[in-house]
Parts: sequence; structure tokens; C-alpha cells
Amino acid sequence: MSGALLSVENLRIAFRQEQGEVEAVKGISFDIPAGKTLALVGESGSGKSVTALSILRLLPPSATVSGRIAYKGNDLASASDQALRKVRGNDISMIFQEPMSSLNPLHTVERQIGEILAVHRGMGKGAARAKTLQLLADVGIPDPAQRLSSFPHQLSGGQRQRVMIAMALANEPDLLIADEPTTALDVTVQAQILTLLKSLQARLGMAMLFITHDLGIVRKMADETCVMTAGEIVERGPTEQIFAAPQHDYTKHLLAAEPKGAPPIANTDAQILVEANGLKVWFPIRRGLLRRTVGYVKAVDGIDISVRAGQTLGVVGESGSGKTTLGRALLRLISSEGRIAFGGADIEQKSWREMRPLRKDMQIVFQDPFGSLSPRMPVGDIVGEGLALHFPSLSAADRDRKVARALEEVGVDPERRTGYPHEFSGGQRQRIAIARAMVLEPKFVVLDEPTSALDMSVQAQVVDLLRELQRRHGLAYLFISHDLKVVRALANDVLVMREGKMVEAGPATQIFAAPQTDYTRALMGAAFDITTAPAGVVSE
Amino acid sequence: MSFGAAFSPGLRFAGPVFAPADAAAAGAATQPWRPGLSALNRRRLANFRANRRGYWSLWIFLVLFLLTLGSELIASDRPIVAVYKGEWLFPIVENYPESKFGGFLATTNFRDPANRDEINAHGWMLFPPIRFSFDTVDNSLPTSAPTPPSWTQSVDVRCSAYPQQTADADCNWGNMHWLGTDDQGRDVVARLLYGIRISVLFGFALTLISSVVGVIAGAVQGYFGGWTDLVFQRLIEIWTAIPSLYLLLIISSVIAPSFWTLLGILLLFSWVALVGLVRAEFLRGRNFEYVAAARALGVSNVTIMWRHLLPNAMVATTTFLPFILSGAITTLTALDFLGYGLPAGSPSLGELLSQGKDNLQAPWLAATGIVSVAFLLSLLVFIGEATRDAFDPRKTFS
Repeated sequence: MSGALLSVENLRIAFRQEQGEVEAVKGISFDIPAGKTLALVGESGSGKSVTALSILRLLPPSATVSGRIAYKGNDLASASDQALRKVRGNDISMIFQEPMSSLNPLHTVERQIGEILAVHRGMGKGAARAKTLQLLADVGIPDPAQRLSSFPHQLSGGQRQRVMIAMALANEPDLLIADEPTTALDVTVQAQILTLLKSLQARLGMAMLFITHDLGIVRKMADETCVMTAGEIVERGPTEQIFAAPQHDYTKHLLAAEPKGAPPIANTDAQILVEANGLKVWFPIRRGLLRRTVGYVKAVDGIDISVRAGQTLGVVGESGSGKTTLGRALLRLISSEGRIAFGGADIEQKSWREMRPLRKDMQIVFQDPFGSLSPRMPVGDIVGEGLALHFPSLSAADRDRKVARALEEVGVDPERRTGYPHEFSGGQRQRIAIARAMVLEPKFVVLDEPTSALDMSVQAQVVDLLRELQRRHGLAYLFISHDLKVVRALANDVLVMREGKMVEAGPATQIFAAPQTDYTRALMGAAFDITTAPAGVVSE
Repeated sequence: MSFGAAFSPGLRFAGPVFAPADAAAAGAATQPWRPGLSALNRRRLANFRANRRGYWSLWIFLVLFLLTLGSELIASDRPIVAVYKGEWLFPIVENYPESKFGGFLATTNFRDPANRDEINAHGWMLFPPIRFSFDTVDNSLPTSAPTPPSWTQSVDVRCSAYPQQTADADCNWGNMHWLGTDDQGRDVVARLLYGIRISVLFGFALTLISSVVGVIAGAVQGYFGGWTDLVFQRLIEIWTAIPSLYLLLIISSVIAPSFWTLLGILLLFSWVALVGLVRAEFLRGRNFEYVAAARALGVSNVTIMWRHLLPNAMVATTTFLPFILSGAITTLTALDFLGYGLPAGSPSLGELLSQGKDNLQAPWLAATGIVSVAFLLSLLVFIGEATRDAFDPRKTFS
């Protein structure tokens, strides 16, 4: 099509494997006009990242790409490596999801950005330095002159992503490909980065190809949207139109996939199951030859909480606020100070061995469904491991029956319990991890970001499942999440944490309706409207 | 270990990266189902086979090993089976006193012409293809030992020492020395067969025990970390700094060496080979969330190490085993060569090499020793290479 900056026609990408070719992208076409933003939305495995990588021919050699990728009329798919190098980083640049691994850990910020200027523009040292300073100021890094000599590990996640953006913008590209640029970041930082991208785009007049799984971001960022699933574009159109009147079933399904529903009615008379007072987890910082303790990282610093039977306490906060540490300390998986009571009895002094009988009443579900299941054990054994330990009198057949029932309850076909974890999808694995906790019939479950690694539509299903399990078994949950949408759908009470300290706590309805502190307000603005807070309220 | 990396949480290119597993799972339905072999192990087997040199080396090694396990059926100075006065005898497994055949010794020498004639007069006996064991001294050699291979000599020369020369009943194929004799008149083929057997068995025993010890030590260090790890690592560093061969020489000159004492002595130093590998795997593995999940279930440390972490370390260990095995055989051969190894008179490759060195006028000794040691070690190294390829996840799509 003429007029388009980038025009992709009938793009097909297949990966060679020993069982033959697996087609990841099945003939898609789209155009990006100059200065506009096109969003590719889809769930994991839909082929959106592969599409982005194929534009600059960054795919591994096992991929075969066919079709036409025309940039200003030149076909990149058949361009020589030399011609391609001129386009890469110069006309089209890219930012990736993970800012830590995208930056060279051994280069300073000045060198990371200066190198691009030197290679593509032949700038001298002085000119490159001046331009770098200006770029850093453009992407909103405070005190850029100071930051020039910083290494990536000395920057926060948001600052790293800003440096990545500065690198991408160094040569004033006509097209910026952003592959899930904010997925690895906190909601508050995500809002800042998105606002920055939007303002930079307006100022520089560049086009953007925005790859994401998050519909909220699409709505905020994109002029046009393509919805991808299983390697095909099923719907395309102006963004408002897609959100207002989705045509395809899959788009409707995606739009309906937001976590919904309300937690069970709060019951302030319910018995307090878990209680902690003045809970502290301090990690000593040791330096020097004698490993003297020079200070502490105060991961959890004097938190009081109580969780009632059958109720959910949501713990929210940015990454690094100590949410996960709090959850693990309550289960006595890491050592802590302060009183912890479970079912009325103090447990903070109990040894590992003395804790063992209590473990069947207190369980945990982790964030990462890929990491939390042993890759070399069949699913049935994974779920049954706790049973064998806590109910040794159970016969093998009874145990198997219980495992099958637990899997059935979480919506996994019990017939597949001889399979290994890698044969299951992310959502199914998380269900298996939930079954492992539930099979012991616990009273208290710590849910440590159980939905964060999952696709949106799967997230909603898992939230429904958790709520159903809670209703049926009268479970108490400690629900840890940075995702306020999910917390709103599950929690009776909310505890807002920042840097190990409590910022705000109270009934969920009250906190969501009228947050008392700037920090909570900033979290909510970022989560629900993708708006940024004034400087200093949240981390950068 | 390494295959797990493909499923690491950091990877977001869910499509292509996770596709192998899905495709493998889908492929499992169409391929013939093999009991007990997961898709992953089937791929490893295919990778192992793809290394043709290693694959054939494994078969040759297995055949050779099975043959030497049955050395008594190939080379022995006792008949496999005999019928004497209507009674079935199995001299190969049972020791019959000579009185049974009219003599007076505690054991029967079936090669003795008197006994041979007595049995053949009242029945028959079946010898193995080679009628010498590793310690049988041939008293009817045509020249002084070491004698060259029999096939280099004419029948007249070969049988010149028998009472009836070429007409003697002992002038047959079974009494030929295919690779000559050593300087004490013992058959080289028989000594080679028994020597390979004892070397390989010794190697297996040493590998097995030192792997178990090494894996346990590495697992404890890696799993507990901290001070345990620090102290153990320093001790191992000191231990490995000891020049082991010299210490082995000193110890084996004080303690009378036998198969088992030698095994114990070599074990003192060989167990450290795997510690570093296993320790690294456990250090990595103990931070996995499924280990945290197991701890939350209340699973004991030993069970976590055994059930959740050891499988991760097994790939690294398995890959290393053939190399440890060849190392063990080399060490035993070296000690035998220097004369500090197995007790005098035992068949061994090192002793054969040492005879070759002492008898340069008899090149068949040195040639046999060098070729067989080189061949055996090459086979093991090739098998090791193929094993390494099989467990290498990056080889998957090449």
C-alpha cells in the first residue's frame, strides 16, 4: 500500500523442529502510516513478538520467513545484511520487554548510548556526550550528567527502560517497535513510561508498532489495533471502534476477560486465623573481610496484620515493597522477628520440625507456574507429595483418588495426572499448583501473585477458581499482588505496603473508594487509568 | 539441567520457545509409544544415535565387556563340561579333587596328560577354545618364554616340545598361543581377556562408588550453602592439591594391595571429580520455586535433595561418567605398570605393558598392551562424547 511507512504483506513465519515445521505466524498483513501507532494485541503464543522480531530479521536461523516487509518501499525481507544494518537502529529501532538483559551490564550509560551515535552518525566524543545528555533529559532521567557514568545495575527498572528508550531514540527513528516495553515494570512505572512514549511520539512524529497483551495499554496508546491469535490477525480497526464494537468472538472474549466479581461479604465476627504483630524481616548487609554487619535491608519492617477465617487480605505495593517476604515470613519459611500466631497459638518460636504438622494447614501458591512445578515429576506425584507426608496412613489408591479429586476441582483433567508439567499450558500449571496446596485441605493459603504470569483471560478464570474454592472450603487467603484489578475482585481487606512498612490498611471497599494516602492514590491511578503521579510519590 | 533452561520463567517468546515441548507432546501421539521413555529421553536417545562413532563404540564396548565377563568360557585350563564314567562334571564351576580320577592332588590339573588320558578313556571332556587361563604356565613351549605367536611358527616348531611332537594329542588349536606368551610362559590372549575384565569391573566399581560419594558431598554443599559450603570447598581444595599418584604409591607400598584395598585407596582421591558439578547444580536448584513449594509442604531436606534436586544434577553427572570410567581404568593401569597395583600374578593391562617394556625383544607383548589400552580408552571417550551430545539441549535442532 502506498503512503504507509511500513507495510507487511502475507507474512509467514515457521520454526523448524525435528517433528517438522511449526507455523508461528500464518500470513498476516498490516500497514503502519507515518506518525501513527499500531498495536498488536494477543495472548502469549499468538505470534506477536515473533512478528516484531521478523521486521528487523532478528529471528534465530531455525525460522523461515516468507512474505513482504516493505519499509518506505524497500523489501526488508530480501535486503542484504549491509542494507539491513543501515535500517536497524537508524530508521527502525526497537525496545524490548526486559530492560536488565537488554543493556550491557559492563557498559556505562554514556557508552551504551554513545556507541549508537558513533556507529550510525559518526559523532565524536564531545558531540556524542552532549547528545546523550539531551536524550537522557528527554526521557526524563533526573540529573542526567550524574547518570552518565552509571552502570545498568545502579539504575532502577524504570530508569533502565528509560535508558533503553533513549538508545532507541538516539538516531531519531521513523519507526519504533516496542515489544511489551512495560510488562516487566511496576504499574506505577508502567504509567510513567507509557506517558513518556506518548509525549516523545508527539514531539518527534515517529510511528510506533506496539506489542502488548494488555488491553488497557492499547486503549491508551494505539490509533489502530490488530488483534492476533494463533498466528493470525482476527480483527483490525481503529482502536475506539474495536473497544466499542468488537466484531470477532476472540476480541469479545479478550475484552470480557477482565477479572470481575466481588469478594465474599466481609464478616468481622469471623475468628482470626493468622495474626502477626510487629513482624520484622531484616536482611543484614555484610561488608569487608570480617563480614561485619554494616546495615540492614528492612524487607518487612514492623507490620501488624490479621487474617480472618474465610476472608481474604490483599497485600498490594510496588515491587520491592516486601509483600512476598511478608507472605513467606508468615508461613515461617524465612526467619523473622515479632509475634506470629496461627489459630490462636504462637508459632514464631517453633523449630522447622515442630512446624511440620502445621504445614498442611498453611499453604502457598507461587507466581511463576513454570518454576513452581518440578519439571521431572509427573503432575500426580507433585500434587500427591504433601499427602504422602501429612497423611502417611493413606493407601496409595486413596491418595491417588484424592489427587484426582483435587485436580478435578481445579479444572484439570485427572486423566492427565501421569503427564509432566511441560505438557500443560501456563494456566493449567497454575491450577496444578493450586491443587497441590488445596489437596491438603489447608485453612490458610498465601497466594503470591498467582495470576501475574498468566494471560488476561486465564487470569480471570483463576480468580474465579480461587473465589469458588474459598467459598466451598471456607479458606483464608493472604493475596499478594501488584495488580489492583485482581485484588479488587478478591480481597475483603487491603494492606498497602511500601518499603517494608504499612502505608494504609482497611476494608477493601473503603480503600478503593477513598484512598487516604498519595501513594495509594498513585497506585490506583496507574492501575486503573494509567495516569502518572506527581514526582516523589512513587518510585521511578 | 540444561533442558530446564528452555522453560525458564524469563522467556516471553512463548510461541517458538515452548513449541518444542508442545510439538514433542503432539509427536508422542503419532510415534510408536515406548514405555518408560519420555519425549525428552527419546530425543536424547536419537541424539546419541546420531553420533555414529559413539553409538558404535557403545556396541563394541558392550560386546567386548560381555565377552570378557565370560572369559572362563573362552580361555581356561579346565574343561567346560566333562563326562567321566557316566557322570556329568562341570569343572569350570566346581573343583574336583584329583582322587576322583585316580590321582592324589587336591585339585585336578586337566592339562596333565595322565588325567587327560584317564578321562578320555572313560568318557570325554570339552575344553574352551583356548586351553589356558590367565595364570596357566605352558610347560611345553618350543623356545624359552616369551614365545612369539604360534601362527608365526610352523607346526613342527610349535609342537616340538611335546613328547610325540606333531603326533601328540596336545598339538591342537586349543593349545596355540594366538598372541604369544609372556616372559613366564602364560598365554597373552587369556591374560588380556581377564585383564580387560578386571580393569573394566574395577573402573565400574570405582566410578559407581566415587559418584555416589561425590554426589552426596556436592549435594550437601550446594543445598546447605553458607559455611558448610565454604569449609568443605576449602578442604576439597587442600585435598586435591595433594599429588595423588605419589601418595598412592606410598600407601600401596605399605598396605598389601588387593582389588578392594586398591579400590579404597583410589577412592580417596577420585570422589572429588563430581563434587563441583553437583554442587553448582544444587546451588542453582535450591532457589527454584518448586523447592520453596516443597519446603512449604513440610518436606524434609533429604527428600527435597533426593526428589527435587538430584534429577537436575543427574544430567551433568551422567555426562561425566564415561570420562570418570576411562580415568579410573587409566589410573589402575598406571599403578599396575609401576608395580604398585593389583597383587603379583593378577592379569592386568598395566602388567602387560610393563612386560612389553621389559621384553623389547618380544614386540607382541608391547603391541598387544598398547593397542588394547588405546582401543579401550578410545571407545570410552567416544561413548562419553556421544553421551555429552545426547544431553546437550542446543544440539536439538541442528
